[in-house]
Amino acid sequence: MDVNAEPTSQPQSIPAQPIRMLIAKPGLDGHDRGARVLARAMRDAGFEVIYTGLFQTPEMIATAAQQEDVDVVGLSILSGAHMALFPQIMTELKSRGLDDVLVVAGGTIPDEDVEQIRALGISAVFGPGTSLRTISEFIRANAPVRRDDL
Amino acid sequence: MGLVDRALAGDARALSRILTIVESRGEPGREVVDRLYPKTGSAQRLGITGPPGAGKSSLISRLIGSFRERGHRVAVIAVDPSSRFSGGATLGDRIRLLSHFDDPDVFVRSMASRGQRGGLSAATVEVAHVFDAADFDTILIETLGVGQDEIDVTRVVHTSIMIQVPGLGDAVQTLKAGFLEVGDLIAVNKSDLPGANILVRDLRAMLALNPMQIDVWHPEVVPVSAETGAGIPSLMDAIDKRTSYLEHGDRLSELRRNIARAEIELLVRAELERVLNTGDMARNAQLVDDVANRRISAGAAVAQILK
Repeated sequence: MDVNAEPTSQPQSIPAQPIRMLIAKPGLDGHDRGARVLARAMRDAGFEVIYTGLFQTPEMIATAAQQEDVDVVGLSILSGAHMALFPQIMTELKSRGLDDVLVVAGGTIPDEDVEQIRALGISAVFGPGTSLRTISEFIRANAPVRRDDL
Repeated sequence: MGLVDRALAGDARALSRILTIVESRGEPGREVVDRLYPKTGSAQRLGITGPPGAGKSSLISRLIGSFRERGHRVAVIAVDPSSRFSGGATLGDRIRLLSHFDDPDVFVRSMASRGQRGGLSAATVEVAHVFDAADFDTILIETLGVGQDEIDVTRVVHTSIMIQVPGLGDAVQTLKAGFLEVGDLIAVNKSDLPGANILVRDLRAMLALNPMQIDVWHPEVVPVSAETGAGIPSLMDAIDKRTSYLEHGDRLSELRRNIARAEIELLVRAELERVLNTGDMARNAQLVDDVANRRISAGAAVAQILK
């Protein structure tokens, strides 16, 4: 499976803080091949990927994002319920103080919905056929940089 | 209020940020641990190890339920391996731990092993300190338990539970060094599967060969099924037995000294590895050259690196 260009054969030194990403499947669609391919590809891109499986509620997704302190939340949805679920997910994330997390979406999402989805604060919608490398590069370029006051 | 104070006041988001800072093991992480360390020491740390697919996460989910029934606040540290090639990792333990997602007194954190020798155990124990300071009563640490670094994790817990499953080999496997030497308790999971009784019998027979000594802990073998919940009360009883064993005499202070010693050792090792990988790389490359060309010995190079 050519999940990502430039496979490396040498062990790499691991950065002290790799990008952490939650891949979540909200709602009731029972098909996660795409989410699993993405989990594998983002792992190969050097990210730490937390995959929580199927049938996640907005609360479950937001709690996982909070406890795992992810930089990125990737939402994979095929059921067509994105316009119902995405606003709830964004609300749950905000209520837990996660306004700075990069949220991206993928799956079968009609073009005409994309503008509204972006207005929710979801930074990108990756439709069928998007190369895995496009996704990892977008994330690397847009993941938040955190500075904390201890 | 800074992050640390907010985390101590129960802010889950701040706690989560602090775990990241501590996990990355830089100067800020040190500062956080230094500040929190005086507040630690009351949590009970349990290590859960076993081969992939043995049911560690599922068993942990059951244990969370049992400890929650007692009113404990429970933290889980679930470690999965990092790729040696990309540095990335897929952390999948959370899938089995979802039944407690809406309980604010259960906090699950996935960690990647990140490949630094000694680093995993060092980061794990420091993350455990953060949970301890944040008033979690029970901290469950899940690792694959393969390789020295992961076995080292068992040296910094109060009780280590090794999970075995039927179907992985015959009685000769129970003779081998490793698992049976570091587990305080051995849970035989999937006890409803064929062969489980034989495995339990073989493990008990092997443990019976340990020298008869008084005043040492004798590991127990407990058949369980994380799937059905069978045997979980017996496992909790065994954990309690271990706890009351430790409370006798000065066993606990003895164990605390052992844990402190192990922790210092792990951090020294991690620090050495860090010095080697982040120090003066040009100088290190020159030293490699010098050793290869017989100008100086490896020992002399090490002396220079550590000077």
